[in-house]
Amino acid sequence: MIEITEVPSPFCGIGTDDLSIQVEGLSLKVSANGCAVNTPAFEQAMTDLQPRINGEEVSLSEAVNHAAELLKNANQPVIGGCATDVNGMRALLELADKNGAVVDNVNFVGARRNFLAMQDSGWMNTTLAELKNRCDVLLIVGTDLESFAPRFFERYLWNQESMFLEDTSARQIIYLGKAPSGAASTSPNGKKAQVLPCSNEDLPQVVAVLRALIKGKIIAATEVGGIAIADLQAIANTLKAAQYGVITWAAGALVYSQAELTVQTICEMVKDINDNGTRCSGFPLGGKEGDQTANQVCGWTTGYPARMRFSSGMPEYDPHLYDSNLMLANGEADVLVWVQAFNAAIVPPKTDKPTIVLGRSGMTFEKEPEVFIPIATPGIDHAGHAYRLDNVVAIRLKKLRDSTLPSTAEVLSAMTQAL
Amino acid sequence: MLIKLTGGIIYDPANGIAGKQQDIYIQDGKIVNPPSDAVVTQEYDIRGKIVMAGAIDLHSHIGGGKGNIARILMPENHRLDAVAHTDITRAGTGHAMPSTFTTGYRYAEMGYTAAFEPAVLPINARQAHMEMGDTPIIDKGGYVLMGSDDYLLRMMVAKKDQKAINDYMAWTLQAAQGIGIKVVNAGGINAFKFNQRRLDLDEKNPHYPVTPRQILKTLATAVQELGISHPLHVHGSNLGIPGNDETTLNTIEGIEGLPMHLTHIQFHSYGTEGDFKFSSGAARIAEAINKNKNITVDVGQIMFGQTITASGDNMRQFANHKLANPNKWVCMDIECDAGCGLVPFKYRDQNFVNALQWAIGLETFLLVEDPWRIFLTTDHPNGAPFTTYPHLIRLLMDRSFRNDMLATIHPEAQKMTTLGSITREYTMEEIAILTRAGAARLTGLVGRGSLGVGDFADITVYSENSDREAMFSTPDYVFKDGNLVVKDGKVVKVTWGTTHVVRPNYDASVEKDLKDYFDRYMTMKVGNFKISDDEITEDGRGSLTVHPLKGAAI
Ligand SMILES: [Zn+2]
Repeated sequence: MIEITEVPSPFCGIGTDDLSIQVEGLSLKVSANGCAVNTPAFEQAMTDLQPRINGEEVSLSEAVNHAAELLKNANQPVIGGCATDVNGMRALLELADKNGAVVDNVNFVGARRNFLAMQDSGWMNTTLAELKNRCDVLLIVGTDLESFAPRFFERYLWNQESMFLEDTSARQIIYLGKAPSGAASTSPNGKKAQVLPCSNEDLPQVVAVLRALIKGKIIAATEVGGIAIADLQAIANTLKAAQYGVITWAAGALVYSQAELTVQTICEMVKDINDNGTRCSGFPLGGKEGDQTANQVCGWTTGYPARMRFSSGMPEYDPHLYDSNLMLANGEADVLVWVQAFNAAIVPPKTDKPTIVLGRSGMTFEKEPEVFIPIATPGIDHAGHAYRLDNVVAIRLKKLRDSTLPSTAEVLSAMTQAL
Repeated sequence: MLIKLTGGIIYDPANGIAGKQQDIYIQDGKIVNPPSDAVVTQEYDIRGKIVMAGAIDLHSHIGGGKGNIARILMPENHRLDAVAHTDITRAGTGHAMPSTFTTGYRYAEMGYTAAFEPAVLPINARQAHMEMGDTPIIDKGGYVLMGSDDYLLRMMVAKKDQKAINDYMAWTLQAAQGIGIKVVNAGGINAFKFNQRRLDLDEKNPHYPVTPRQILKTLATAVQELGISHPLHVHGSNLGIPGNDETTLNTIEGIEGLPMHLTHIQFHSYGTEGDFKFSSGAARIAEAINKNKNITVDVGQIMFGQTITASGDNMRQFANHKLANPNKWVCMDIECDAGCGLVPFKYRDQNFVNALQWAIGLETFLLVEDPWRIFLTTDHPNGAPFTTYPHLIRLLMDRSFRNDMLATIHPEAQKMTTLGSITREYTMEEIAILTRAGAARLTGLVGRGSLGVGDFADITVYSENSDREAMFSTPDYVFKDGNLVVKDGKVVKVTWGTTHVVRPNYDASVEKDLKDYFDRYMTMKVGNFKISDDEITEDGRGSLTVHPLKGAAI
């Protein structure tokens, strides 16, 4: 048994890189700094070692050739999931380019709320180290932060020391919309977060009123969505008086129609505060299932985030039209490639179309796909790169064990060759 | 394989050759002596054609986080310039901030064989190298951005000696795999995080009692003492503010003779005269450049049309956000390291300020006398995309064309510029200095930008054409490391260039304090911060080329 320290995680999205992991052959055990997201993701047993065609074990080259044959004969292939490391995405985009495929990241429906707002009016954002050292007021909108990232508070808010705050436990934490599921947001000295709950349905209006108050508008009503205007006014005043306020949200949690408008209101509110003489930053939460990695690599390779297509030989972007689930459901797509190197629980959408799965070992299916190729996990079986939620920092993933599984990049490149 | 280029007219300022007919032999990727016995396997008859080394862009934002934000921010701009794949090239998108593959192809198709990303944030350096790693054909490298990082400012406040600062900078340069050091609005990006909205050269940061002048001096001293060939690459204070010509003159004076490269000087050459309180400071600045031999500049010429400005200077980008066109923009504070700002711009010839900016850039080109100390850039994509270089070359080489253009811009701007009276036209040799020999020398590249025996065979061949824009748009041949990569302005072979770096020495004990700092304040372990060589080379096509330090034996 060996123990590897300072292990970075590609699973939690917040770039945790202080894990210690004990390696015994193919089995891993998190021995320090695990959490509810990372520990099971690292410790997941490796069960599938052999590719399958229609449930029958085959060699890797047979599986690759069969997949390439399906792709060659497809009218409109789609590549979904897109949950892998940078090299995996590079190979995925090369295959898609050659094959005229649609590329669609598994988290895009959530991420789209951010992209629509960003591509329409922009934003002012910050990154984890700024938050850790500067943030004295954190407003969390519509999101249960600790279930999103269990160690967020411990690592980035209740850190003992910061460069610019005398006492990190004096930070002010405010929840607007969703209430926290646990007590991680309670400061080390026992100070509880302020919670102003409302339904998702009311959140757009609540956020809009908060922005109006920040802009100094008079609101005639006394409450909105069950929240007193006076309480929102107090939040507005707090943000305007902050040293370095941060407003955070997880687009994936804003599950309602046209939530991009809420995101836009948040982002414009941040700009308003800065225009009025106080520093404030947005902080969108994401980074799971390789979503930031997919969007970054797709961004530099094509100019667009990871919902686009190569069907006419060149990149085309449409955040609505190239939804792989819809395209499969309405018959526009006729072959699905599902790439999920991180999470065995995230399986391809149900479809009667031929399906090729490059999945993490241990993935189980309600309906066996035509081709299944178990692939290596970046950060466990091979080195690689993955992006953290703040989109600036790419972490260097380590290889922890010797496995025989091929990487995403190796399998997809072999498929491109076989085309 | 022995290649012969027969009868070309050579412009090779690195070796003092200007317009001489001479054959070139290429073997194993390099230029060789005429062999007495070996058989020529491939001969190119280029009699009468112009031959130069491959061009080198020493300041172009081709790789890194802010560029990718710029791409994703502007889908409507990409839609106008979608690029289909071919049998040998990948699909992509172009215009203001092209995708990586398209960037590499388009540079090569203009005869460029290297480009340097001038703002590599250490914390984002992995991304810069990954993007440049997906940029085919051309060589690349990056200047590592420092001067607003809290670690440096803390060292300065703690009065750490210059040696300690040198060690930290050399360590960071190696960790981020760079070839030079860049500073953007010295201390200003940091001050913006403390809600300071403007920072003059002698103004103290609200948290750290140090001034931009002190930061510049400290960094420039380190660059010199470490023996880094490329001088401190300076994006000055007060970018875009009328009256910043004074700041620029003070910056030149404040560096006290140390080597310093002032980048996109056009954006820092504004006076306050005239009815609109906006005037050209180009003459004063050019005079100071002519006098101070320690100073080099690149221009950052603007061109009319849509682009997007992508800068580490979020203090100034935020200040200019109301000019965003279309009206969307992004600013970021980044990891106690730096920041960035993206503001789309549409430069218009009928807008007084834009028209004068255009004239100021050209005045600067024409008034700076020494072609070895000025470089041809648009600060891609900030002044214009790099694809406008052939047009810019025509403006420099062709006075009547330049004056025709001048006659079409905002009439008040025409009155405020001396451009029409400047008779200078750049010669072919001078263009070769600006875009090849000078750029290679200033970045410290060994064996590039030069056509001597033993140099790498990065070679561009043009057909003589009095329309210089047409001529420089479509070279007949481009060779990269001896491979024919472009023919008649189109990519015919895709190769992968190297990444140029320098590695000054440092005392390994520097990591002790850094480890402590990372553990206490940063969000990753110091060991995970450093970029290893295999991160650049493990894909099988990337490589690293380490260049010697100044004064070291080659
Ligand atoms: Zn620049």
